[in-house]
Amino acid sequence: MAAIVANSLGSQPPPTAAPRATHDPFWVRWTLTAVALLFVLFFLVLPLAAVFTEALRKGVGAYFAAVRDPDAIASIKLTLIAAGIAVPANVVFGVAASWAIAKFHFRGKSLLTTLIDLPFAVSPVISGLIFVLVFGLQGWFGGWLAEHDLKVIFAVPGIVLATTFITFPFVARELIPLMQSQGSDEEYAAITLGASGWQTFWRVTVPNIKWGLLYGIILCNARAMGEFGAVSVVSGHIRGETNTMPLHVEILYNEFNSVAAFAVASLLALLAIFTLVLKAFIEWRHAASRR
Amino acid sequence: MKSKNFLLPLLGLALAAASPARTVELLNVSYDPTRELYADFNKAFGAYWKAKTGDTVVVKQSHGGYGKQARSVIDGLPADVVTLALAADIDALSANAKLIPPDWQKRLPQNSTPYTSTIVFLVRKGNPKGIKDWDDLAKPGVSVITPNPKTSGGARWNYLAAWAYAKHRQGGDAAAKKFINALYKNVPVLDSGARGSTTTFVQREIGDVAISWENEAFFVLKEFGSDHYEIVVPSLSILTEPPVTVVDKVVRKKGTAEVARAYLEYLYSEEGQDIVGRNFYRPRSPAAVAKYAKVFPQLELVTIDSEFGGWARAQQTHFADGGIFDEIYTKK
Repeated sequence: MAAIVANSLGSQPPPTAAPRATHDPFWVRWTLTAVALLFVLFFLVLPLAAVFTEALRKGVGAYFAAVRDPDAIASIKLTLIAAGIAVPANVVFGVAASWAIAKFHFRGKSLLTTLIDLPFAVSPVISGLIFVLVFGLQGWFGGWLAEHDLKVIFAVPGIVLATTFITFPFVARELIPLMQSQGSDEEYAAITLGASGWQTFWRVTVPNIKWGLLYGIILCNARAMGEFGAVSVVSGHIRGETNTMPLHVEILYNEFNSVAAFAVASLLALLAIFTLVLKAFIEWRHAASRR
Repeated sequence: MKSKNFLLPLLGLALAAASPARTVELLNVSYDPTRELYADFNKAFGAYWKAKTGDTVVVKQSHGGYGKQARSVIDGLPADVVTLALAADIDALSANAKLIPPDWQKRLPQNSTPYTSTIVFLVRKGNPKGIKDWDDLAKPGVSVITPNPKTSGGARWNYLAAWAYAKHRQGGDAAAKKFINALYKNVPVLDSGARGSTTTFVQREIGDVAISWENEAFFVLKEFGSDHYEIVVPSLSILTEPPVTVVDKVVRKKGTAEVARAYLEYLYSEEGQDIVGRNFYRPRSPAAVAKYAKVFPQLELVTIDSEFGGWARAQQTHFADGGIFDEIYTKK
């Protein structure tokens, strides 16, 4: 999916073919359109509306009380911290990895590409369990960590690690096809003209991948904030301490506090909508800059 | 200006001398339905401890399906105290991770269980399926909600209560096995924890009857009103004993042994017992028992020790991999 988007971003639109689709019979066109619209209505609009209706069921006062609850604020902070570390880390790793894969030939390149996809292939719960097996008290480094009073899982570092792991592929997957389609010609030209490695990277490569990179960052951020499974395993669910927003929503829901649960959920939804608007804006700017 | 500079260190000294009080943080890792109980109790203990020592105690809570909770503590979740659904999993803290001594259950009165409960049924208003006792649950066409005994402590108590009923009323273990088999055929979803099961029954409106902790059933009535749900008390059930203990290895390291012990002992105090009763757990102290006598119905209760030879045996026979539950549920 991401690859298709990036390719369409990176290449010119194909020359317009004969518009055959519009020659379909009237009822085919309308049925297909109606099915698509109904789908969007039931699977996107209604649930989103339900979240906000439920959150505001007891009025604006209850909504803000739920959002201002210290445990809710702690969960918002933790989510922002986790995303704030995971996203920049994955930008650095992602750019480095796709740079290496797209511009160079080396042994084990396909292995590296496969490894980048690993977090997508593995169930998030398993990803969480991997960290428990490595850093848990009974795990490989558990004893050593405990002796040195270092906490990884059931604390903030574990949550950051799990989030980073889960969101690792987003930036790289976005950039690799883009960089491959661009080839290395411009870089060769820059180096031939006497630019240093860094100059080539900052003045040639980065401007070329700017939009794809932003797009990857946005997707990465959206997932980092919304991740549930892996984080749930390494969190320990300590209220006000190791609960991210999605985990806090689950806890509130289990306490039959559905107004508060949906209030926090609506914040997550707002973050998601904000992210999507930002994405649309960037695509629009990108289209504008190509014109 | 000068005098201010001179005063500041003095002020600091005065503050330091006036408030030697520390802030102590405890982590209580508990199972699902105790959220409300400990939310209440933590406040009361905070006030008590502040009055007694001047220190502020902040008790953090972690709740979840109890099997997962025990697992997390074994994997390093730094719980000062654990308050879980049954003794078997606290035993695991001793057996698998040496976090506590094997004789932990002797350290506090009454097998370290400051409160008890039992297993009852929660039905929809008017009891449309006419559920009166355990055998009604195994009838065709009745949809029963109970969590997964592999991951939920409450679910194991549910299972054992049903088993004990059939054993006593229908004659022997063979009849019990047959009964359990029929009952679990009526279960459409196995949630991972007791609270998940309650949510399934109450908010997703699945099922005709939920087998539930008595405290959880009362809580649902309080939260959603008795005009939506009713409690049905079977003729025989099991005395559930959720135990508590200090996690020695953690408190030794964090230096919280004293306050953690006091925290659990306070559960046995009159105030603690009153909070226990108020949150629909059956208290232990005679005064609280008398006070809440009207709340809790009398019924025939068997115990895990007398009926099943203790948790280790029950675990081995029924819930271990390849045990009777596996036999029944995989056959389905």
